[in-house]
Amino acid sequence: MLDLTYETPKIKTIAGAKHDWELVIGMEVHAQISSNAKLFSGASTTFGAEPNSNVAFVDAAMPGMLPVINEFCVEQAVRTGLGLKAAINLTSAFDRKNYFYPDLPQGYQISQLYHPIVGEGEVLVEMGPGPDLGKKRLVRIERIHMEQDAGKSIHDMDPNMSFVDLNRTGVALMEIVSRPDIRGPEEAAAYITKLRQILRYLGTCDGNMQNGNLRADVNVSICLPGQYEKYQETQDFSHLGTRCEIKNMNSMRFIQQAIEVEARRQIAIVEGGGEVDQETRLYDPDKGETRSMRSKEEAHDYRYFPDPDLLPLEIEQGWVDDIAASLPELPDAKKARFMADFGLTDYDASVLTAEVDTAAYFEAVAAGRDGKATANWVINELFGRLKKDDRDITESPVSPAQLGGIVDLIAKGDISGKIAKDLFEIIYTDGGDPAEVVEARGMKQVTDTGAIEAAVDEIIAANPAQVEKARENPKLAGWFVGQVMKATGGKANPKAVNEIVAGKLGL
Amino acid sequence: MGDLNKLGLAEARDALRAGDVTSVELTDACLSAIDGAGALNAFVHHTPEIARTQAAAADARIKAGDAPAMCGLPIGIKDLFCTKGVPSQAGSRILEGFLPQYESTVSQNLFDSGAVMLGKLNMDEFAMGSSNETSVYGNAVNPWKVDSRQLTPGGSSGGSASAVAADLCLAATGTDTGGSIRQPAAFVGITGIKPTYGRCSRWGVVAFASSLDQAGPMTKSVRDAAIMLEAMCSHDPKDSTSADLPVPNFEAMLTGDIKGKKIGIPKEYRMDGMPDEIEALWANGTAMLRDAGAEIVDISLPHTKYALPAYYVIAPAEASSNLARYDGVRYGHRARLDQGDGITEMYEKTRAEGFGAEVQRRVMIGTYVLSAGFYDAYYNRARRVRTLIKKDFEDVFAQGIDAILTPATPSAAFGLGEASDDPVEMYLNDVFTVTVNMAGLPGIAVPAGQDAQGLPLGLQLIGRPWEEGDLLNTAYALEARAGFVAKPEKWW
Repeated sequence: MLDLTYETPKIKTIAGAKHDWELVIGMEVHAQISSNAKLFSGASTTFGAEPNSNVAFVDAAMPGMLPVINEFCVEQAVRTGLGLKAAINLTSAFDRKNYFYPDLPQGYQISQLYHPIVGEGEVLVEMGPGPDLGKKRLVRIERIHMEQDAGKSIHDMDPNMSFVDLNRTGVALMEIVSRPDIRGPEEAAAYITKLRQILRYLGTCDGNMQNGNLRADVNVSICLPGQYEKYQETQDFSHLGTRCEIKNMNSMRFIQQAIEVEARRQIAIVEGGGEVDQETRLYDPDKGETRSMRSKEEAHDYRYFPDPDLLPLEIEQGWVDDIAASLPELPDAKKARFMADFGLTDYDASVLTAEVDTAAYFEAVAAGRDGKATANWVINELFGRLKKDDRDITESPVSPAQLGGIVDLIAKGDISGKIAKDLFEIIYTDGGDPAEVVEARGMKQVTDTGAIEAAVDEIIAANPAQVEKARENPKLAGWFVGQVMKATGGKANPKAVNEIVAGKLGL
Repeated sequence: MGDLNKLGLAEARDALRAGDVTSVELTDACLSAIDGAGALNAFVHHTPEIARTQAAAADARIKAGDAPAMCGLPIGIKDLFCTKGVPSQAGSRILEGFLPQYESTVSQNLFDSGAVMLGKLNMDEFAMGSSNETSVYGNAVNPWKVDSRQLTPGGSSGGSASAVAADLCLAATGTDTGGSIRQPAAFVGITGIKPTYGRCSRWGVVAFASSLDQAGPMTKSVRDAAIMLEAMCSHDPKDSTSADLPVPNFEAMLTGDIKGKKIGIPKEYRMDGMPDEIEALWANGTAMLRDAGAEIVDISLPHTKYALPAYYVIAPAEASSNLARYDGVRYGHRARLDQGDGITEMYEKTRAEGFGAEVQRRVMIGTYVLSAGFYDAYYNRARRVRTLIKKDFEDVFAQGIDAILTPATPSAAFGLGEASDDPVEMYLNDVFTVTVNMAGLPGIAVPAGQDAQGLPLGLQLIGRPWEEGDLLNTAYALEARAGFVAKPEKWW
C-alpha cells in the first residue's frame, strides 16, 4: 500500500551574494553484501579478524588463481534490486577496473561497468522530524552493480614502512547509484536512512556505517532556481552545474555537513565569476572543508574491459521470481499496515517500523491488544529504558509476552498507569510474570470503595481546616486525592478516589 | 631395454604394464639424459627427488594392478604451471624465488594419473615469444642443427619442445595462447595439440591472455598426445571458463579411418612470399589425406588476414591487466629502493627490473589499446574482428567441413638471434596459429616433412569445437602417411 500522492519537502536553498541557489545531489552508496564468503573466493568476511587471516589465494592474487562467482552474493544483489522495485538484468557481466595500489593485489577491481545486474529502480524517501516531517521525495535508482572491495593500507604503524591487510580484499559490495534527485543535506541523510532501512529489512546489508559496511560517494552541484526542473524535463545535465564528488563518507552527520560546505564553496566560486572544476574531493570534518583529491585531468584511466576470467552472468527469470516471492514485507508496506490495522499515527508507525526487529516486537505485543496503548508502551517506556542501557531491541530483558501482560493489567484496571511503570521496572530488572508479580507484591489497585471511603473519612476527620478550604475552592480537592493515594501506597483506583473525595466533601 | 628415455608414452606404458621396465628405470634414464643436455637449456628447475619418489610410488601402483593412464611416465612441466613447492617463474625474473603453495589443476590431474615430474621447462617470459629468447633463463636450444648454426626450438613452449625432441623426457606440457604449442612442436618435429578453449583448466597456470590461453600436451606421437590430453582435461569448478563436458577416451578414437571426412583447404592461408617448401609440404599433406579417403574441399576463411593484428591487440590488452599483480608487494622480485622512494618508485623499479623487454612492450601496447580514447579504435574493434573470425570457422563447419589443413608455421626453425631484433617479424610466426586461439578451436601440429636442410616441418589440422577425438584421429591418419621418423643427431 503506497501513497501515490504525497507532499514533497521544500527545496533547500542557500543564499549567495547575488542569488538563491539550489542543491542537486546524487549518491553512490557502497553497501557490503551480507554474505559469509567473499564475492569470488571462499574466504570469510568476518569483521575484526587477525590481519591477513581471511585471505584466499585468489584474494592475494597469487599467479594463476581465478575468481569464481559466489552465487549467494548474486542472490543478495537481486534481492536488493527487487526491494528497490528495480529491473533485474538476466544477463550481466564483470569488467576489470585497472589501477595500482598495494591493497588491490590483482591490480584491478572486478566490477560491473557495462552490464550491471540491476537496472532502474526507486526509493521513496521520507523526511524525519523537522519542518518537513512525513514529506516524501522519490529518488530514482539508476543501477546497482556488484564489485570487490579493496583491502586496507596502514601507513601509521611504522615510520618507514606501510602495512597491508587483505582481509577485506574481495569482499562483495553493491554499488547503488542514484539519479541526482536529492535536493538538500537533510534529504541526503533521509535517503541514506531509508536505503539502509530497506537493505536491513532485506537482510542484504547490515548497514553498519561505523565499520564501513555502508558508505557513500556524494555528488554535489548547484543551480539557479528553475534549472533543475529543466533537467527533469529533458534529463539533460547541461541545465545543472558542474558536480564534484565527495568520496567515501560513512557518517550521516558528516554527509550533511560536507554537502552544505561543498555547496557554499561552489556558490562562492560561481558568484566570484569562476567555474567549478569537475573533481573528486575529500571532506575534512576537523577543518569543516572539502579538499581536492584529484582533478578530472588527474583522474585515473581505469582501462575498463570485460574480465576474461568470468563468463557473462546469466540468471533465470524463475530464480528471480522465487527470490521475489520470498521478499519480506518492506518498510513502506509495513508502516501503512500498522497505521491501518493498529490505528497508529504516521509518526508512531515510522518509529516502530524503522527496524525489522522493532516492528516484529511491536506486532508480537500488539496482537489482540490495543495498538495505540501498545505503541505508547513500546516507544515511550521500552525504547527509553533500552536507550538508557544502550541496548538493542533484540537484547530487551522484557519479552513481548511480559510487556503484553503489563498492558493487559492496565486494560483490566488491575493496576494504574503509575503502578504499571513501577511494575515495568521490576520486570525489566528482575523478570517474572507481570500478573504474578502484581499479586505477590500486592500492587493491585484498590477498587474496594469501602476501603477507599474509610481512608477518605480518616483524612477528612484529621484535616478540618483543609476541608474548609476545599469547600471554598474545589480545586483543592486534589490534595485529598493525593493523601488517599499516599495512604494506600498508590494502589487505590484514582477514578474511584476522585469520586469518593468529591462526594464526601460535598462538591 | 636400452635408451628408455627415447620411448614414447604409449610404448613405455605398455612396457611398464608388461613388467619389462620400471618407472624408476625410465625416470633414471630421463634424469641422466637431462644431466647430459645442459647445452639445450631445456630444463630450468630440476626435481629429481620428486621424480624418484613419484616413480617409486607409480611402480607400486603398477604392481598392485592400479595403473592409470600416465602411471610411471616421466614428463616435463612447462614453467608456466604452478607446481606446489617447486619454483614456478613463468620464465620471468619477477617471479624469482616464488614457490606456489598450490598445484595447478592440469599438473595435479597428471600426477593423479600417475605421471612423474622430472622438472620445469624453459619458455619465453610469460609465454610471450616465438623463439624462447625472452626467457630469464636464457634461450632453450633446438636439438636440430644446421652445420654449426644453433636454432630456436620455437616458443613459447621452447623448453618443452626441445626436451621432448631430444628425448630428455617422454612428453611435456605446453601452453598455447597464439601458437605456443604448435609452432615449437613443428620446429622440432614432434606433435602438439591445443585443445578447445575450456577443455583444460587454467587454474594454477600463470595467465598471459585469459581468453586465449590453453594447456596441451607435446609428445612424440599422435597416440601419445591422445593419452596425455585425456589425462590433462577435466571440468574444473575453480575455472569459470572450464567446460562442464565429459572427457572422451581419445586414444580409443584413433582408428586411422578418415574415409569420407571433409578436409578444408583455406585459400587465405596461401600467403604472399610463402616458401616453396611450405607450399610443397601443404600439398603433400593434402594428397596424403586424400589418399586416406578424405574429401578435399577448397574453403574460404575471409577474415584470416585480420587475425594477427587483432590478436596483437587482444592478447596484450589482457596481459597488461593480468600482469598488474606482479608489483613486488606480496611475492617474487622487489627492487631495492633508495631513501625517499615511495610506492610509485617501488612499482616502477620492480617492474622495470622484473620484466624483460618483450613483456614490457606488450604491457605498454595493452595499456595503450585499453586507454580512454583508443579503446574503441583498438580493443573493441579487435573484439569485433574476433567474432568475425569465429564466424568464418562456424560457417565452414556448418558446410560439413570436419577439419582444416594448413601449414603450422611459415618456415622451418630459424637461427637463434635471427628474428629477435624485429618484433613484427617475430609476431609473423603466429600467422597460421592465432586464428585457432581467437576462435577457441582445437588445433594440432603434426610433423610431416623436412626442408632442404633436413629440418622438420609441421602441418596443422584445425577441428570442430570439443571434437578433439575426431581431430586426433585425422592427425593419426596424416601421421601414418607422413611417416616422419627423423630424429636430430645428438650433438649436445
